[in-house]
Amino acid sequence: MSGHSTYQPKTGFERWLDARLPIVRLGYDSFVDYPTPRNLNYWWTFGGILSLCLASQLITGIILVMHYTPSAAGAFASVEHIMRDVNYGWLIRYMHANGASMFFIAVYIHMLRGLYYGSYKAPREVLWLLGCVIYLLMMATAFMGYVLPWGQMSFHGAVVITNLFGALPLVGESITTWLWGGFAVDNPTLNRFFSLHYLLPFMIAGVVILHIWALHVVGQNNPTGVEPKSKADTVPFTPYATVKDGFAMSVFLILFAFFVFYMPNALGHADNYIEANPLVTPSHIVPEWYFLPFYAILRAVPDKLMGVLAMFGAIACLFALPWLDTSKVRSMRYRPTAKIYFVFFLVACCILGVCGAKLPDDPVIPHLTTFQLMGSDLNSFVWLSRVASLYYFAFFLVVLPVLGLVEKTLPVPDSIASPALSADANKG
Amino acid sequence: MLRKLSVIAAAAGLLVAGAAGPALASGGAQHAKDIQWSFEGPFGKFDQAQLQRGFKVYREVCSACHSMKMVAFRNLGDKGGPFYNEKYPNSNDNPWVKAIAKDYEVNDIDGETGDAIKRPATSADYFPSPFANEAAARASNGGALPPDMSLLAKARSAGPDYIYSLLTGYATPPKGLTVPTGGHYNPYFPGDLTSAWHGDHNAVPKGGFIAMAPPLKADLVTFDDGTKSTLDQQAKDVSAFLMWAAEPKLEERKQTGFAVLIYLVLLSGLLYASYKAVWRNESH
Repeated sequence: MSGHSTYQPKTGFERWLDARLPIVRLGYDSFVDYPTPRNLNYWWTFGGILSLCLASQLITGIILVMHYTPSAAGAFASVEHIMRDVNYGWLIRYMHANGASMFFIAVYIHMLRGLYYGSYKAPREVLWLLGCVIYLLMMATAFMGYVLPWGQMSFHGAVVITNLFGALPLVGESITTWLWGGFAVDNPTLNRFFSLHYLLPFMIAGVVILHIWALHVVGQNNPTGVEPKSKADTVPFTPYATVKDGFAMSVFLILFAFFVFYMPNALGHADNYIEANPLVTPSHIVPEWYFLPFYAILRAVPDKLMGVLAMFGAIACLFALPWLDTSKVRSMRYRPTAKIYFVFFLVACCILGVCGAKLPDDPVIPHLTTFQLMGSDLNSFVWLSRVASLYYFAFFLVVLPVLGLVEKTLPVPDSIASPALSADANKG
Repeated sequence: MLRKLSVIAAAAGLLVAGAAGPALASGGAQHAKDIQWSFEGPFGKFDQAQLQRGFKVYREVCSACHSMKMVAFRNLGDKGGPFYNEKYPNSNDNPWVKAIAKDYEVNDIDGETGDAIKRPATSADYFPSPFANEAAARASNGGALPPDMSLLAKARSAGPDYIYSLLTGYATPPKGLTVPTGGHYNPYFPGDLTSAWHGDHNAVPKGGFIAMAPPLKADLVTFDDGTKSTLDQQAKDVSAFLMWAAEPKLEERKQTGFAVLIYLVLLSGLLYASYKAVWRNESH
């Protein structure tokens, strides 16, 4: 898509088609001849893994819809019909349910890779923004998909999350009524969630095409963060990147298969095998693991509206990231101080994830009572999530803007090939 | 390279374990006893004799109050099920299944008069429920609703371990605990006993009050295979049966998984070799 095309139509048909619709040329330039930095490590294979996840979710999802009944009365039983009576229905459903988790594991690694190696910096801001849009669409899709089996956690999770919009002043109540299609989560809610759950993945696929387009205009970043300067810095995408991506995908599929076949319900919640009952609220409502950090940020703030704003703000930080980081050096490989803050950021995200799964007032250290602050004991998960949330925001809003101006960075290599070749020379 | 791979794997594992682990923890109940089940592990299979005994416990004891709406009689004769027999690949032909179904009566509509009637069940029918509706079930059980058993083993966090622990876990309430009328103290039943506890406030007993009276006792059910009918045996067998009822495709899943994993490991090996071959002359 960028640069000079080297595609040579070989057969008469290819020449005929190329003059009318150069689609083979597009494919050749994008996935065969496309120059790829030669120093990409395994963290760069997650783009390919993510497209595999999307394809798997689309295929299994389309098959599930053939057997699923989108109604409050029939949804739960139809999922069990898939599990018990449809040929390999259990496999398709477990692939779809665990596939969502795999998708999020891959997307989080992909995002953290971008964060560490500065893949959001000029000229890749639009590429990063499109990625953020995909992530947002993924979250909406996953949330609505989790509602569809109409289990207890589906139902009460939907109640909690849709009620968040009720915190908005003036328009809140109208928005929740509009989302629900009534005055409570019920059949109309399930039906519209089903419709949107089918639509959004195709929107994701559309934005993925834009994401890849943007990627091929600016070219891939690489672990050094130095742009390729000559032919010596790159290798053609095929076979070099394809075979490496293929190997990584296969290893990722082993992890995926392990969950699907040996612990298919480990990432879900037992309560979702109880049919939704609006009159019985589960003692402990938790979202799926991939939402837990945001759920913890939401609950860290004592005020509901401010909590909702903080939660959305946490995602907004990702969108603003290209303009928050002031460092001229792209890769954290040459930013020793930023690297330390990055590790703490990782830890904060994991802590938030754990906090999101716990009851806010439960003690972090068992049987220890300290003193009350803002209505909760200091030794509680709500306080731990407050500290971690603070760091999460500080990382984006303070550390990255300030550090870029003051830090001492290590010397950046002149080109990709020079450190790669010298490392090779050392080895040899 | 392998070191990098293991880092990736460890990172992915940590993400999953760190976030999902705590979500699985249960509330104020005692941890379920860890039982060794035949269906555990990558090669786990149901023990058919155990399933048959468990079914008998379900049929003679549990089904008086608990429905099992999602299980059909034909399922009993499906592969991996309690009455599967190689001679009858179509479970509708299975004579044991047919005989069991015939013993039950199900609601139907008379095709000619339109009247509501009862008729003997066929293998295609689902297990009939003991009560007509939720209100009737609650009215007969002191306000409590006996949960449907089709998915019970997957709808509780420790699954069959929990069911076994609950069934064998009824205990004399500790001194200082006021047991309400119609309630039974069980340390494995999730609940909060703080308000009923009059002892040391830092030592509130774990567990809760369950409406179900201890349902099993020794020799309540006579096992056809001569197995001694102890409380422990009945509880184990019925828990295994309920695991089968909740996940009847468990054996098929584990067997398929093994083949898939072998395939993927071989494929990964080939791809790694290809990767090494393709990149052999390129520095990176």
